[in-house]
Amino acid sequence: MNESLHLWLIPLLPFVGFLLNGLIGSRLPKRIVSSIGLLAPLASFLMVVNAAAATMITAAKSCAQCGPAVSVTLPYTETLAHPWLNIGNLHVDFSLVLDQLSLVMLLVVTGVGFLIHVYSVGYMADEDGYARFFSYLNLFMFFMTVLVLAGNVLFMFLGWEGVGLVSYLLVGFYFSKTSAADAGKKAFVVNRIGDFGFLIGIFLLLANFGTLTFTEIAARFRPSNTMNVFFENGAIVLNHATNSLPSVGVITVTCLCLLLGAAGKSAQLPLYVWLPDAMEGPTPVSALIHAATMVTAGVYMICRLHVLFDHAPFALAIVAIVGTATALFAATIGLVQTDIKRVLAYSTISQLGYMFLACGVAAYSAAIFHLVTHAFFKALLFLSAGAVIHAMGGEQDMRKMGGLRKKLPVTFASMTAGVLAICGIAPFAGFFSKDAILYAAFLRGPGGKLLWFVGLVTALLTALYMFRLWYLTFWGEPRTENRSEAAHRHSTPLSMLVPLVILALLSLCGGWIGIDHFAAFLSPSVGAPSTASAGNDALELLLSVLAVAVALIGWFIAYQLYLRKPERPAQIAAAHPGAYKLLANKYYGDEIYGAIVVKPLFAFSKYALGGVELLLSGVAWLLAGTASLAGMILQRWQSGNLRSYAAWLAAGAAAILLFVLILHGKQADPAQFLHGTQIFGMGR
Amino acid sequence: MNFLQHDVPLSWYLLLSAALFSLGVVGFLIKRNLITVFMSIELMLNAVNLSFVTFAYQWNEVKGQIFVFFVMMVAAAEAAVGLAIIIAVYRARSTLSVDRIDLMKL
Repeated sequence: MNESLHLWLIPLLPFVGFLLNGLIGSRLPKRIVSSIGLLAPLASFLMVVNAAAATMITAAKSCAQCGPAVSVTLPYTETLAHPWLNIGNLHVDFSLVLDQLSLVMLLVVTGVGFLIHVYSVGYMADEDGYARFFSYLNLFMFFMTVLVLAGNVLFMFLGWEGVGLVSYLLVGFYFSKTSAADAGKKAFVVNRIGDFGFLIGIFLLLANFGTLTFTEIAARFRPSNTMNVFFENGAIVLNHATNSLPSVGVITVTCLCLLLGAAGKSAQLPLYVWLPDAMEGPTPVSALIHAATMVTAGVYMICRLHVLFDHAPFALAIVAIVGTATALFAATIGLVQTDIKRVLAYSTISQLGYMFLACGVAAYSAAIFHLVTHAFFKALLFLSAGAVIHAMGGEQDMRKMGGLRKKLPVTFASMTAGVLAICGIAPFAGFFSKDAILYAAFLRGPGGKLLWFVGLVTALLTALYMFRLWYLTFWGEPRTENRSEAAHRHSTPLSMLVPLVILALLSLCGGWIGIDHFAAFLSPSVGAPSTASAGNDALELLLSVLAVAVALIGWFIAYQLYLRKPERPAQIAAAHPGAYKLLANKYYGDEIYGAIVVKPLFAFSKYALGGVELLLSGVAWLLAGTASLAGMILQRWQSGNLRSYAAWLAAGAAAILLFVLILHGKQADPAQFLHGTQIFGMGR
Repeated sequence: MNFLQHDVPLSWYLLLSAALFSLGVVGFLIKRNLITVFMSIELMLNAVNLSFVTFAYQWNEVKGQIFVFFVMMVAAAEAAVGLAIIIAVYRARSTLSVDRIDLMKL
């Protein structure tokens, strides 16, 4: 019994919500807008749960008389009867594929997405553009689920671009604020660079594989069956593969192009610059798009196309290096930021770096595991930060907070859960996933040891900056006078607290499923973890203990610096002014890009604009001149003089006569003019 | 009938017709007086009539001659209407020069 799961409803329901709220939402009462905005993602989430249940039933199909439930086997595909593109050999369908990978991703996207929708009801209650906000959020859910469910690269790209668009719209939600509008543009432009790489990658895929469907691409690699052999001994499979596959060089270039796309979307070096600025958007947006779901699309894409990366060891190594470098880089910047949301933004970049590291060591299930736990705890952290900001009446500077744990007990508890989870303190969610990544990196040869070490240092820094945030915000004494009034004015509504509690529970327990179960579940989609057999339990335990110890050290340092001796950080900063300035200015990343890319481009565009204007005005002048000249000549025809009209008439008739005579005169004998049969077609 | 066939070739009739038609065209184009222009039109119509008759004779067809009667009838009607218009124009403008009658409204 293989009935339809109606996967197409999962993206479509939020789209309907978008249309309703977008078109008539501003005229509806707030209550109805909220209902539409919440019901759409809730319905999607229920569809996903239904799909998940259907697959589980298949897994335990011994229960034959369980009732008329729909049961399916993964991967399960739904294709629209009408093809999207049908050009020559290129055949692209609107196909939706549900497999283990997309199922996990969908549960995260719709589940966490729905919670954040609920949170938004409270958070955005007093804001203008309430309906616009919810219509954008629903549109995001539409594009994100399309991205996740897409069965081919091009359809995925559609969702990919769509979430980029919504990101732009929501970062610039307060469009009357210049900085927000600029941040939106920056996010869009930087993503465009990444998307350029993605597009080139798609073209390369099409040129070398002749198909864009994920399953068909994967099928091309199937003869060279053992990925494990490949990791240890690349040359064997490489020779084995060349007879039917594109060369390793081509695959490597394709993968690097795709990596550029992933780096753009997931804010990795060198395209990370947009994400911190994207914090100009409302906090639920930061939680949903810029922490939990959209920015992980790059990781998802690499996992989705992992067969390619598996056959391009060089590209895989680059992925690992980019991820590790980004993790460390962003963590160091996060140490000195004072804006609570920016700390979290750099932390997001850093955690995404972990996921890239996991992809780079071919531990895809660990990457997805970290993606899931990260979605829980980072959404939680952002929403808690949002609750703090809400209570502070819009204040985001941590230096002006402090002592909030009494005023905001629930927020304090949820933030604590999030901080413990992200720092990898056992037994919280982040511990399991980060541990899995570091373990996988450690097992990957001597280079992997280096990656592991950098990852460990990053874990230390993560604990340091997260506990810094925690201490600065919730402990110590209040650092502004009017804070208590503000806290009274903005008590946290229930719609904000419930998602916090649920996410806190998920951050606590989300990791308990264990990487082994998770990897086993995902293995049909992303392949069995290559390193599972190589290590042993004692080593894993040792590494775990080490990671937790490092996190505790970070906590201890933060405790010393930000609670015991609050004057120490300033002294340290004063002692190392160069280093502090470098970090506070984010390694001058924006300035460097400004000098290298933006300024020259700006200057060039100015000249180009001059040239284009000259060209355009020249062409316009030419066209206008031609037209008016023609008009001046032709208007003499319309003189109003009867005899000139008659003259033209006669001349025209004479011309036609002449034409016909010349045309037919060739055939007609002049002598037969009178008796001829051809003149004017008369005759016979 | 014989003299037509033997003494005067058909081409002469056509040439005469062409000459008359050309005279009509030229008169239409160069004359300014509305009545002369009108007469030139009549001349053209009759030149065409002549060639109709000639061809009708050549092909032994009666259609051409019937056509001529139609043309004459229309020309008569046209003369009646046209002359009435000319008189009306003269009354309104006190002139019959076509160059000065170049506005539809008064």
